[in-house]
Amino acid sequence: METINTFDALVAGAGLSGLTAAYVMAKSGMKVAVVERGAHPGAKNVMGGVLYCQPTEQVFPEFAREAPLERCIVQQNLWVLSETGALQTGVKNQAWNKQYPNGFTVLRAKFDKWLSQKVIEAGALIIPETNVTDVIMENNTVIGLRTDRENGDLYAKMVIASDGVHSLVARKAGLKEEWKNNQLSLTVKEIIVLSRKQIEDRFHLTQDEGATIECVGDATNGLMGVAFIYTNKDTLSVGAGTLLSEMIRARKNPNDLLEHFKTHPCIAPLLEGGKTHEYLAHLIPEGGYHAVPKVYKAGLLLTGDAAGLVNSFHREGSNLAIMSGKIAAETALEACQRGDFSETFLSLYKKKLDESCIMKDLKKYANAGSFFEKRNHFFTLYPNTAVQSATEWLTVDSVPKRLKQWKIIRSLVRIRPFFGLLSDGIGALRKML
Amino acid sequence: MKKTIEDKLFTVAIKPDEKKNHISIIRPEVCLRQCGDLNRPCTFFCPAKVYTWENDAITVAYNNCLECVTCRTGCPFENIDYQYPRGSFGVQYKFG
Repeated sequence: METINTFDALVAGAGLSGLTAAYVMAKSGMKVAVVERGAHPGAKNVMGGVLYCQPTEQVFPEFAREAPLERCIVQQNLWVLSETGALQTGVKNQAWNKQYPNGFTVLRAKFDKWLSQKVIEAGALIIPETNVTDVIMENNTVIGLRTDRENGDLYAKMVIASDGVHSLVARKAGLKEEWKNNQLSLTVKEIIVLSRKQIEDRFHLTQDEGATIECVGDATNGLMGVAFIYTNKDTLSVGAGTLLSEMIRARKNPNDLLEHFKTHPCIAPLLEGGKTHEYLAHLIPEGGYHAVPKVYKAGLLLTGDAAGLVNSFHREGSNLAIMSGKIAAETALEACQRGDFSETFLSLYKKKLDESCIMKDLKKYANAGSFFEKRNHFFTLYPNTAVQSATEWLTVDSVPKRLKQWKIIRSLVRIRPFFGLLSDGIGALRKML
Repeated sequence: MKKTIEDKLFTVAIKPDEKKNHISIIRPEVCLRQCGDLNRPCTFFCPAKVYTWENDAITVAYNNCLECVTCRTGCPFENIDYQYPRGSFGVQYKFG
C-alpha cells in the first residue's frame, strides 16, 4: 500500500522530542510526517525556559550559533523564601560562559519554529493545524493515526507518540491510564518585558549572560512546588507551580500563587516596572520513575512528556525530551532496517532508556517525591526557620553568639521534635543521594 | 497591585472557535448534587477561570482556555469531556 498517506514513521506532536525524532529519522532517509495541532510548531508549546546544550548539540551541532536563543545561563540560584525574607544560595561560574555553555533560556514559540525548519530541511513533512483523534491498530499493532482532516487517516510502519503530558496516542493504544493529581504539577508563567539594561543590572549580568532563580517555601505559599525567574534577552519568564493535588487540597488558583510570589519583598524589586506580555499555563508530569508507563508497543514508542520523562528535582525535562526523541528515532530506524516492528524488538527502546542517564536519574529520585509530599513542613516550617535562624545569627544585638546558637537550636526543636528532625534529615538525605 | 486572570488573558492570542465548544460537562447533575461538598475544584484550580458556578450549573467559558488540560484529571468525578480545539483554533503563544 504505497500511497501519499503512507510513511515509514509518523510522529504525533511537534514539541522537542517529536521534532528531534522526526529530524533524526528523516536525516537517515526515512519518510517521515509530523502531525501538529498548532498553526506552527511552537504555537502551543510551553516550558519554564531552560534548554541544555550537550544533549541538544548531540542532534543539532549548529544550534548554539543558529537558533533563536535568549541568554546563556552562567548563574543558577536556589532561594528559600520565608514571608519576609530569603536564604539565597547559588552558583555563578564563567565556566558556563558562551565558549562552554551549559544551557540557554529559550522562548519555545520562537525556538520550536527554528527547530521545525531544520526538520523540514532534513526532508520530513510537517502537517500543522491537525488533531490526532485516534490510533489505527491491526492485530494489536499500531499502524497509523486518525486525524480530524478529511480523508485524514495516515499509515506508517512506526508511530512515535510525542504528544505531551496528555498523550492521546498513549491512551488510545492502551499504554497509559490517566495521571494521578499528585503526579502532575500545574504551573503558570508570565512573560514580563523589561529593558536589556534593567535585566543585566538587576541580575548582575553582562551582555547575553543569563541567570535562573528557583524559589521554594513561601514562594508557593508553602505548597509542594517551585516558583522561578529565568532571564531572557529583554523579558523575564516568571512562574509558579505546585502539585495539582496540593493546589486542590489548599483550594488555590495557580495565578494567585504566582501573584503571591511576584509581590514577595525579595522578588517584587526584580520585576518592578515590567509589563506582562503573555500568560501561559502548563501541566508537567512529575510522577518520576514510578509513573513512567510502558513506553513501547508493537508499532509504537512514547517519548518526552508523553512518557512522563521529567526530572523535577533537577528542573530537567527539555533534555530528556530531546534524548528520548533521539533514542526512539534510532530504534525506529533499526526496526525499519530489520523490518521488525514487534513489541519484542521495540522493547530495545526501553532498554536503551534504562541504560541512559534518563532512567538512571529518574530512578535515583524514585521515592523522593512521595517523601516530600508526605512532609509538608519542608515547604512551610523549615523554610521559615531557615531564614529566621540565618537572620538571627547575623543580627548584631549584643547577644553572645553562644546564646544565639542555643536560641536557634531551641527554635528548631520547638517546631519539630528532635526525632522528627533526625528522621527528616536522614530521610531527605537517603531519598536525594 | 495584584493582577487578575481576566487582566492576563488579554495578553494571550486565542483564536475563538464559535462553532464548536471543545469542553463539555458530561453529567451536569453530578456537579449539582455530588461536587458541592468538594467545592467544585474546577472553579478554583483552572488557570484561565474557564469554569464558574452560576445558577446551579457550571458555565464553561471555553474560549478562555489555555489548553493545559488540568481539568481532565482535576475533576474529582472525571465529569469533564475535554477535546483539544480544532486545528488552527485556540491559544497561539507568541513567546512560549
